Amino acid sequence: MTGLPLLTILIAIPLIAGFIALFLSPSGARWVALIATLLDLALSAYLWVLFDPNGAQWQFVEKLPIAGNFSWALGIDGIALVLLNLTTFLMPICIGASWRSIEKRVPEYMAVFLLMEALMLGVFAAQDLFLFYVFFEGGLIPMYLIIGVWGGVERIKASYKFFLYTLLGSVLMLIAMLYMVVTAHTTSIPVLMGYNFPPGAQTWLFLAFLASFAVKLPMWPVHTWLPDAHVQAPTAGSVILAGILLKLGGYGFIRFSLPMFPQGSAEFIPLMFVLSGIAVIYTSLVALVQRDMKKLIAYSSVAHMAFVTFGLFAMNRQGIEGAMIVMLSHGLVSGALFLVVGVIYDRLHTREIGVYGGLSNNMPGYALLFMVFTMASVGLPGTSGFVGEFLSLMGTYQASSWGAIAGTTGIILGACYMLWLYWRICFGEARTPEAAAMVDLSAREWWLLAPIALAVFWMGLYPESFIRPIRNDVGRILTRLDTVRPTGDSHLTLGMGAHAHMDMEVK
Amino acid sequence: MGRFAPLLPELILSIGGTIMMIAAAFAPRRASGIVNWLCVLLLLAATAALVGPPSHAGPVFDGLVTEDLFASFGRAIMYPSAAVAIIAAHGWFERGTEHASEYGVLIVFAAVGMGVMVAATSLIALYVGLELNSLASYVLASYRRTDERSAEAGLKYFVLGALASGILLYGISLLYGFTGTTNFTGLAAAFARGAPSLGLLFGLVFVLAGLAFKASVVPFHMWTPDVYEGAPTPVTTFFASAPKVAAVLLATRLCVVALGPATDAWRQIVIFAALASIFLGAIAAWGQTNIKRLLAYSSINNVGFALVGLAAAGPRGTSAVLFYMTVYVVMTVGAFLCVLWMRDANGEPVEEIASLSGLSQTRPGLAAAFAIFMFSLAGIPPLFGFWPKLLVFTAAVQEGYVALAVAAILGTVIGAYYYLKIVKVMYLDEPAPPYARVREPVQGLLILVAAIAVSPLGYLLIGPLGRLADRAAGSLF
Repeated sequence: MTGLPLLTILIAIPLIAGFIALFLSPSGARWVALIATLLDLALSAYLWVLFDPNGAQWQFVEKLPIAGNFSWALGIDGIALVLLNLTTFLMPICIGASWRSIEKRVPEYMAVFLLMEALMLGVFAAQDLFLFYVFFEGGLIPMYLIIGVWGGVERIKASYKFFLYTLLGSVLMLIAMLYMVVTAHTTSIPVLMGYNFPPGAQTWLFLAFLASFAVKLPMWPVHTWLPDAHVQAPTAGSVILAGILLKLGGYGFIRFSLPMFPQGSAEFIPLMFVLSGIAVIYTSLVALVQRDMKKLIAYSSVAHMAFVTFGLFAMNRQGIEGAMIVMLSHGLVSGALFLVVGVIYDRLHTREIGVYGGLSNNMPGYALLFMVFTMASVGLPGTSGFVGEFLSLMGTYQASSWGAIAGTTGIILGACYMLWLYWRICFGEARTPEAAAMVDLSAREWWLLAPIALAVFWMGLYPESFIRPIRNDVGRILTRLDTVRPTGDSHLTLGMGAHAHMDMEVK
Repeated sequence: MGRFAPLLPELILSIGGTIMMIAAAFAPRRASGIVNWLCVLLLLAATAALVGPPSHAGPVFDGLVTEDLFASFGRAIMYPSAAVAIIAAHGWFERGTEHASEYGVLIVFAAVGMGVMVAATSLIALYVGLELNSLASYVLASYRRTDERSAEAGLKYFVLGALASGILLYGISLLYGFTGTTNFTGLAAAFARGAPSLGLLFGLVFVLAGLAFKASVVPFHMWTPDVYEGAPTPVTTFFASAPKVAAVLLATRLCVVALGPATDAWRQIVIFAALASIFLGAIAAWGQTNIKRLLAYSSINNVGFALVGLAAAGPRGTSAVLFYMTVYVVMTVGAFLCVLWMRDANGEPVEEIASLSGLSQTRPGLAAAFAIFMFSLAGIPPLFGFWPKLLVFTAAVQEGYVALAVAAILGTVIGAYYYLKIVKVMYLDEPAPPYARVREPVQGLLILVAAIAVSPLGYLLIGPLGRLADRAAGSLF
């Protein structure tokens, strides 16, 4: 590996750029933000190239002791690597999406966004428990400001709700972290991932972490902050929220709950499955009746995140890999869908579905891309959504057939609300003259959406690129879970034709 | 002379303060600035004098006071923050008819009292230090005597303070009556002889109640919002910082050294007081419209968190208390300096939270600093205010008080609401009429330094500050 502290540089670039942006003119701040996020994208892509999937578990490790146990310890495994890249990939797109639509206090806006990026990257790269917490919680402040300052009409209520809800969840996790550090005498996440806490304590630790991650993910019934936050946030804020912040919950489960508290996790599988099952059906039904486009997509996010929890708590390779792909895919697709909504919101300044209609006539390019993302969200084979949801459900089926039934019902409902949304917006006759007069995508908007569409197809057609880095890490988690995994109710028998790789893994 | 070397900081302050008092009496009014700056110098000199014998001399005057690192640590926080309180008043009292020059002198005398408080290892020294500090404080609270609110604050503080002193003295007399000694080590020996008698327990409760008043801990906090609101803002800056440290540290030393063997007896009191302070401080602040009242509740809330560390007892808990109070002082002083800069177009001070509206657009720097202090007081990472909270919670968990830590941490969420409200007013609301510019470069510099110290850059201090706090706490055990 190279001697440079690449991860620190990755985090420092947006921080420094954000500070500089504060003192620039609006257009200067925009360019600085764009350049910094592109630099970060290039650097993280470089990390991907350097990353050796068959090498050590933790790569690019850096450690600088600060005091006692607490240290500036960074390092990534494959799981963190792909999520880092998701973050850096979405960030320049967010900056681009805010290029014209944000007009007031631009330098501050860009600074806050860059701060946000630095903190999110820090979450994925942190190897110290408290460092993780600092980054994890720190993300609240910039998001609070993004929603509160640049948000819609009811932004203040939404920003409070977002902040206090997530803070309440996280402080319980903090207590659990304190207990872990006191018991295990270390703050190192890699060490803790191999530490065996007493089973009785694991129950409580799992619940405390669940309080935090369930709110972040979000799981039913603690998802109610999400629709408000999404609807009120500016477009780019929604993209970040859906694309990255929600992933923190799933990442937390993978990084902490499963490997650190395997017994605790196993105990709560029924609970997780029931909550996921309710989420996927209930929120899909709620999404069906929304009149506000952003709200609809927000509820669909909750439903998609249920596939993550389904897959993770299936505790087998297909489930966990599927959950990871769902997270990546959802980050891209829901981010793109919020951008798609943002495109027409910028033109008519309303998110009412009833105002639009027939956009395929006057905005063919827009309709095409919208179609791609709708299909990806529905899970059409060939798009990223299919790979993730299929794997996740396959894993779930091995653990619980009832869970799989609920999950597949969710897919059907998902197709209903997404296709109906698409139909109402793009097909038929334009319902208002303003909608009929809208112009098609500008070059800037093409540049924002086309890369995401490409990534969606890439992930859908050749998911191996994204599974290869995480394969060994998932294997390590599975070894931690081996002793506690309950037997499923599906009694699978694999035929001769099954893939050799799957043969080994289905136990 | 060598005998007095450990007392050098107090000597500097006492002698210097007396000279300044005479100078203030005879100096012309316009010389008040010089007198105050000299008082600042005295406090800084006293801080510098802490290096050497005052931090490791041990018991002095037959154990009346003990000059150890714990005492010096406390003074090293209190003296500079008292100096800042003098700087904060620069140009403040000159607007009215008051004699501005005595202000610095009174703070110096209060600082002497505080210095004695943190070093006291005898009930008598404890009381003398406390009263010296209190008497100066009563006068300071009513310093703007032409202002009704200030006079009211002084009177209220005095009447309630006198009551608390009475309670404290009664407790001291009970402790003395049942043990025959006022010395902390003697008390510890008496408590170690078996289960404390009813009289001793009463004495302990009364003494703690008296100290709780001084530290404005629930249920003895009632004076705090009124006095903080009524007293001139520089005085409030002082009240909220140094005397709190003195009272908390004094309580810590008393509990750990003198009452150490009776830990089970006082721990439940401290736990109750801590939780009551956290929750009352958090909830009562919700409806406040006056920034000084709000910060008063914030200080009640924060002292509650420090007490969580005290409830954990032991070296780690004590160290957490020291760390907490250090960071608390920086955050509070910074916040009050920002309040000091809230002036309307005529340069008159404003205290309404509503007047902060849209400050981020009219005065981005001031708003950013204020927001940093608010988030830090709320204990939201990545700001530095998070770390001391983490330390006290760690100490509590380590001692097995998980429920206490959980309750306290839920208090932070409730408290976060009103800190967030201030940030909301500054960043999310439409701009109100802008404040007048305050031309006080030194105060501006202090705000900047405080803001940087509690920003994420503060984490660089964890190492040195933590080690120092550990060593200071170790000197008690």
